[in-house]
Amino acid sequence: MSRPRPDERLALSWAWLAAGLTLAAVAALVGFLLARGLPVLGLDLLFGSTPPLDALLGRRPVWEGIWPACAGTLSLVLLAGALAVPAGVACGIHLAVFARGRWRDLLRLGVDLLAGVPSILMGLFGFALILLLRHTVLPGANTSLLLAAGCIALLVLPYVASATAAALEGLPEPVRLLGPSLGLDPWQDVRSVLLPAAGRGILGGVILACGRAAEDTAVIMLTGAVAGSGLPSGLTGKFEALPFTIFFLAAQHQTPADLDRAWGAALALLACTTLLLLGARTAHRTLERRWKGGDRP
Amino acid sequence: MPVAHSPSPATSHGLGHGPGRVPGHVLARTVLAGSGLLAGAAVLAIFAFLAWFSLPLFRGDGLAATLSWSWRPVRGEFGILPMAAGSLALSASAFTLAFPLGVGVCLFACGLGPRPLARLVMAVVRFMTGIPTVVYGFAAAMLLTPLVRRALGGSGYCWLTAALGLALLALPTIVLLLHARMEAAEAELRLTAAALGLTPAQKLLHAVLPACGPGLFAAAVLGFGRCVGDTLIPLMLAGNAAQAPASLLGSLRTLTAHIALVVATDSQSAAYASLFACGLILFLTTLGVNLALRGLRRAPAGRRLRPGGSA
Repeated sequence: MSRPRPDERLALSWAWLAAGLTLAAVAALVGFLLARGLPVLGLDLLFGSTPPLDALLGRRPVWEGIWPACAGTLSLVLLAGALAVPAGVACGIHLAVFARGRWRDLLRLGVDLLAGVPSILMGLFGFALILLLRHTVLPGANTSLLLAAGCIALLVLPYVASATAAALEGLPEPVRLLGPSLGLDPWQDVRSVLLPAAGRGILGGVILACGRAAEDTAVIMLTGAVAGSGLPSGLTGKFEALPFTIFFLAAQHQTPADLDRAWGAALALLACTTLLLLGARTAHRTLERRWKGGDRP
Repeated sequence: MPVAHSPSPATSHGLGHGPGRVPGHVLARTVLAGSGLLAGAAVLAIFAFLAWFSLPLFRGDGLAATLSWSWRPVRGEFGILPMAAGSLALSASAFTLAFPLGVGVCLFACGLGPRPLARLVMAVVRFMTGIPTVVYGFAAAMLLTPLVRRALGGSGYCWLTAALGLALLALPTIVLLLHARMEAAEAELRLTAAALGLTPAQKLLHAVLPACGPGLFAAAVLGFGRCVGDTLIPLMLAGNAAQAPASLLGSLRTLTAHIALVVATDSQSAAYASLFACGLILFLTTLGVNLALRGLRRAPAGRRLRPGGSA
């Protein structure tokens, strides 16, 4: 074997340097988050000085805790999921099973383009919608939980749709031929053969979408997230959210306690999104193993 | 490949009971078709809203006023060029940092690094995709900003800090795409390279990387798109002064941060029209990115070396 040429040696050192830098950056980030966030984690972080039971039941407002923000993010994710999951799954089914030829390419382009739209533009879209409503039918329209959930749903719709389409299209030939061979019509085939077989992949996409919905900040800051509003009061009210709380505290913290709360909230959010990411990968892996099984020891 | 409900004889459904017969099924298929349209319709609606609300700018001298270098809402000057320049400068610099770094990480993961370490690096990169943008922004504001302030002076909220944070954010996007392409190319070229007696470094540099030229380009385009579209990193780190970017230690404001700031401070509605112009520029940029990616996916694979053994 010849001695490595200079360009090869350069590539080797660059590869080590790049990998080292990446690992160091992530280690620093996670390390500091853990060091500053872990000591803060606890009931105090959630509820501040309010008794937990009163806070949970909404009997007393929480001022120094992130519980309202957690409740806001949870309702946002559930609401956005309720809007985006049925529509996204239906969209994916249509793409994978029913749409054909140039029409399918066109629909797929739509999904790709929507996936590429920056989240701030989804927020601006929601904001424009409110401006339009104010000038036309609803003078009292204002940004709210429902609007934010709608915009977040648009943001995550492509994830669900592509995951559904990919899971259906990735099914092995025997599963795809099963329905037609039994004389099922396409709709029966989708309902009783294809969807159950692809369920794990679709679930993976849904979990991924939940993570995306929980972490996005740009959309909600234009469509109704505020600081200090307390528990979400309804679909048309403002709400608090975990990512927005972190952003707000980073810019506006006044006491060290505020900053501690921001570290705690950041660590909590990171833990949530990491768990969701792991869940999505596990769901996806089990799908792959189920249909491509046998080649893994 | 679509799931087989093609009209080919092997999979066609019995002629007598086609899908159109049962009313419930017709309804279901209509609903499905409607959902299929949803994504495209949303894109069109977003474009229509942005275009409609920036329409006032095209009357009179509105366009000249918007395409100016001065953003002073109190004096009625709504020029967005500083923000456009800020977006371009910040994305370009972050991309310049992230892309070589991404290629290095891919080289490491595809054979230059020891295998267990390579797996660890890829696991970390996948973990990075799950880190919320706001957490990146917050951690960078708390850790990177003081470092920059102490080492180089200034407030620390500047172009350089934002570029570093944004580079970290775009890195996984670049690495994951390029790594997938390089793995595919490597599998195809493995036998040839082995037969020629190439070392791992020679194989990657002279065979695999050249074979994934389109992959490199796609990763670059996608990474750049990620940089342009992000809001939180510039908003939290770049200082946000509405001025043209002048120095790496100076403050700048991107289009995305500009939209967030103006909507949040709820200034007079005259500012809104120029806001939608910012949105339109962003939208068209990401549209360009996506269409370029699509073109790349369609492009012929080029002159690939195909070893006879694995074809």
